Amino acid sequence: MKLTEFFHKELIVTNLQANNKEEVFEVLFNKLLENGYVKESFLEGIMTREKNFPTGLLLNGNNVAIPHTDPEHVLKPAIAVATLSKPVVFKNMANPQEDVNVNIVFMIALNAAHSQVELLQRLVEMIQNENLLEEILKAKGGDEVVKIIESYQTLEKE
Amino acid sequence: MVSMRKKTILVACGTGIATSTVVTEKILEAAKKENLDVNIIQCKVSEIKSYAEDADFIVTTTILKDSFGKKSINALPLITGIGEEQVLKEIIEEIKK
Repeated sequence: MKLTEFFHKELIVTNLQANNKEEVFEVLFNKLLENGYVKESFLEGIMTREKNFPTGLLLNGNNVAIPHTDPEHVLKPAIAVATLSKPVVFKNMANPQEDVNVNIVFMIALNAAHSQVELLQRLVEMIQNENLLEEILKAKGGDEVVKIIESYQTLEKE
Repeated sequence: MVSMRKKTILVACGTGIATSTVVTEKILEAAKKENLDVNIIQCKVSEIKSYAEDADFIVTTTILKDSFGKKSINALPLITGIGEEQVLKEIIEEIKK
């Protein structure tokens, strides 16, 4: 499996100015929808899921959110990415009462759980890699983000 | 050698497909290293009620309001990486009980 099979430049927005997480959801959802990865119902699925089970992750430095929803809203698996010009407040997955200021959002569109085990494992390794997150945050444009992930992937194999 | 009863672990997250998948793989890997055989049922938090009876304990990545009388362990550290070893140790100890 190659991580870059799931990251596409047309699904990546860098330096996004958003006032709240809902705005981020809409931007990334529209990318996924326009490019044929998800159904219209995906956005509502994301919103509902986030309200009941928030996906903000408190990490060592830059915090990340991994919004996702049920597979029935998904046509093809992919991960849409937004880097934010200023952090947006999410709730913490560990504690829905707690706010987390998020810099990078990975919106995960999964159409089956078990076939995407490796992708999920690799994504979790990525979000635990503070240097990688820092590089992604500095990237200008989807092309650069894909390149960073490509070189990370090559490094990992060695 | 006294063999332990094979434990059943309920692994749950909000959608039952993302973080619980990663947690399941990490538990299986850690259990294998210790030569422990386990059953894992992966589900949504909202489905715990229907599976809890069959489980020895519950592992989730979110806060659990009701664990239906079972011990529950929060495994979010397996996602963030912060405190990962300690949580895996706790899970292994629970399997060995």
